[in-house]
Amino acid sequence: MAVSDERSKTLGDFMMNQTIRELLGRLGGLPVAVTELEDSADLYAAGLSSFASVQLMLGIEEAFDIEFPDNLLNRKSFASIAAIEETVSMILKAREVA
Amino acid sequence: MDMQVSFLDRLFEAGLLIDTGVDGLYGRSGEFEEVIAAFERLIDRIGGGDGAEAMRFPPGMNRAYFETSGYMKSFPQLAGTVHSFCGNELDHMGLLKCMEVGEDWTEGQEATDIVLTPAACYPLYPTVARRGRLPAAGGLFDLQSYCFRHEPSKDPARQQLFRMREYVCMGTESQVTDFRQRWMDRGVEMMKSIGLEVTIDIANDPFFGRAGKMLANNQRDQNLKFELLIPITSSAKPTACMSFNYHQDAFGTKWGLYLEDGSTAHTACVGFGLERIALALFHTHGLKTKEWPEDVRAALWG
Repeated sequence: MAVSDERSKTLGDFMMNQTIRELLGRLGGLPVAVTELEDSADLYAAGLSSFASVQLMLGIEEAFDIEFPDNLLNRKSFASIAAIEETVSMILKAREVA
Repeated sequence: MDMQVSFLDRLFEAGLLIDTGVDGLYGRSGEFEEVIAAFERLIDRIGGGDGAEAMRFPPGMNRAYFETSGYMKSFPQLAGTVHSFCGNELDHMGLLKCMEVGEDWTEGQEATDIVLTPAACYPLYPTVARRGRLPAAGGLFDLQSYCFRHEPSKDPARQQLFRMREYVCMGTESQVTDFRQRWMDRGVEMMKSIGLEVTIDIANDPFFGRAGKMLANNQRDQNLKFELLIPITSSAKPTACMSFNYHQDAFGTKWGLYLEDGSTAHTACVGFGLERIALALFHTHGLKTKEWPEDVRAALWG
């Protein structure tokens, strides 16, 4: 049903957001608290190093049981919490279709 | 026929490189060394006026500095560590016994405080950091060292022990990116003057594994590394003979390199692969330096 689908999608999005924030807090090595960051905040400006972004990538792969394809292994995919959500959703969606 | 093997065989036959039985580990003839010496003098003529401070380190570096550098995060597959026998007399007997019967005698070898230098500039950063803040004009350094990378290959342009000449600039973002651009322009001119056909392209380091794929993509996205390419063993895949690297403030932060005003220094380095440049010259102009074109000889030997 449309209504419950909508609700479960929202809940799913919320959980994904929380998981990403938790991983970012643990692996991102940021000088600021993750709770201080908007979803759209520039993570590189917030202090995410190249190497930390790799740690984050590996953590996300494990948490969501996904593998980033080579074309998504770049700075853009990890530029903000929203960008990470979008990338993860895209990979999950591609898997559903496949 | 494999082009790479055949060029290597020709170099052996001509006596320019000397086979040691290990791929990528070669002796060099006097003629080969003369080319490297002449090219280094050309570098001196072009860059000498900049007033860089010259330092020469042996091809081994302090293991503690190597560990701090983070090299093992990115290139564990390329590193070479120096290990030595540190046992007692009984251990020595055991070692000799293993050698005698052809068993692994290296098991008891222990890591020393020395690691083979992976790039000429690696020992520089901690050395400069120890001096305190950089002067207002920043820092400019001239380095050359044999470097080690564990990548055995029959491509003579991919040796395991080779020499790298480097200039390293430390300063503000604009100081070091100007420095890098100046050497990209100079590099093209220099190679033209010795009759080498070059292209410059964006590049990435050979980071290890899938995580490395991301580091490589990041490096490219940010235009951090450029290479000057010259055909040696393949025209389709020319060889990087110079590289131009902007480290942003990564090394400044890692090593504590500060400018006079207390801000973190940005750094950039420009490297010449000396053996590769010599090989490009032999490949392009022939295996006998006496038969090289007059203008090339004049540019190198005056």
